[in-house]
Amino acid sequence: MTGTMARIAWPLGFGILVLILWEAAVRGFDIPPAILPAPTEIWDAIQRSTHILWIDWVQTVVKGALTGLILGAIAGVLAALAIDRVDFLRRGLLPVANFVAALPIVGVAPIMVMWFGFDWQSKAAVVVVMVFFPMLVNTLAGLEATDRMQRDLMRTYSASHAQTLGKLRLPAAMPFIFNGLKIATTLALIGAIVAEYFGSPTKGMGFRISTEVGRLGIDMVWAEIAVSAITGTALYGLVALIERRVTFWHPSQRRG
Amino acid sequence: MTEPVISASDLSLTFQTGDGPVHALKDVSLDIAKGDFVSFIGPSGCGKTTFLRCMADLEHPTAGTITVNGVTPEAARKARAYGYVFQAAGLYPWRTIGGNIRLPLEIMGYDKADQSARVKRVLELVDLAGFEKKYPWQLSGGMQQRASIARALAFDADILLMDEPFGALDEIVRDHLNEQLLALWAKTEKTIAFVTHSIPEAVYLSTKIVVMSPRPGRITDVIDSPLPRERPLEIRDTPEFLEIAHRVREGLKAGHSYD
Repeated sequence: MTGTMARIAWPLGFGILVLILWEAAVRGFDIPPAILPAPTEIWDAIQRSTHILWIDWVQTVVKGALTGLILGAIAGVLAALAIDRVDFLRRGLLPVANFVAALPIVGVAPIMVMWFGFDWQSKAAVVVVMVFFPMLVNTLAGLEATDRMQRDLMRTYSASHAQTLGKLRLPAAMPFIFNGLKIATTLALIGAIVAEYFGSPTKGMGFRISTEVGRLGIDMVWAEIAVSAITGTALYGLVALIERRVTFWHPSQRRG
Repeated sequence: MTEPVISASDLSLTFQTGDGPVHALKDVSLDIAKGDFVSFIGPSGCGKTTFLRCMADLEHPTAGTITVNGVTPEAARKARAYGYVFQAAGLYPWRTIGGNIRLPLEIMGYDKADQSARVKRVLELVDLAGFEKKYPWQLSGGMQQRASIARALAFDADILLMDEPFGALDEIVRDHLNEQLLALWAKTEKTIAFVTHSIPEAVYLSTKIVVMSPRPGRITDVIDSPLPRERPLEIRDTPEFLEIAHRVREGLKAGHSYD
């Protein structure tokens, strides 16, 4: 128990220290709020605008980022399974996916807005594009992660392709798939927020940040940043938690 | 005379490598009778593992013929005629010991009740009762290897192919497992092909010892052991035992003098 407590206490204490120094610096040097608001001012803004922040959060995180993340992750894993099975796809689809991954998000986002409209659907589409490739590549690497003896064993049982996949290669690929998922989680949030810069209804975290910057409502910008940072950390933590459950057997996760 | 379980004649396997062809096996002929315990012994590169892998259809000979249970190795593999024990235990870490032993049973479509009964039976056979719920990494190397033998015994294959299963274990554990293996063999009446590079292990276990030598991989001597089937560990101090061991050693030496 003391181990867990210490693991939480150290970063928490350090974070609080940073906040105190930040507050002291803003007050001591008299920094104008337009440049850097104090943590207490940001906290005020969060309390003042909880309702708006909530609406923005649902719009960007739940509808844009999470929908895109789930769809993109499933698509990435399915594409990896298809590429693994069909050599023609490995030679054809993989380079194309590589190419798509190199497209800049600031180019993709306006196109998706034109295709799927201003609402969250276009944001989810941007997230799908961003998330697809890391999921694909990591799953493919995971499917290759079995050693010859493990595959020979399945061969001596005369196991079918599906049996080898389900009982050996997919379980062995899980640590890799979760690595991809952790990368994808971070990308999804960034993608959903940035995509809103290129057209959105009058809600959403990216929309709010870009308009409040124009109105010099810097405390509100920081409030959105705080919400997105907490959301990102929580999502990452959630994925890590599920990972621990699923890949408990992996040397990096084993305890005792 | 009854039909041999495994029969190879003029079997050759040549690997094409960057440095030219490597003759892993050349003109190897051998019959293994039902219920035999045959050991293959020789230095690295003599083709003993390759020969075993040919029996298992994990490697494909480039010349000659080999039959397992009277059919091709591929047909025998598809009929699940043999259990294979590898050099390392190779248990899947996400499955418990019981789950690992259940793996071939699931693949071969045994029903649930039968699976559980078989897992229980083979765990007792290899002295691992009570470890069903443990994960492989929680067990010692010797216990893991016993679990992998249990996995090969769980389904009804008459042939057991073992590729240096105890090579990575220390002497004492090895002695113990050798004794257990002989008891298992007596109980199950399986035909066993066993690759090793330990002379005492080969002599202690086998009814037939096949001495092999490298470049090209070939058989230099086949020794039918006069030892009785019932063998306490002390048999290793008898003159008969030492005499066979001596002949094996001479055979290995002769093989080496070619290079």
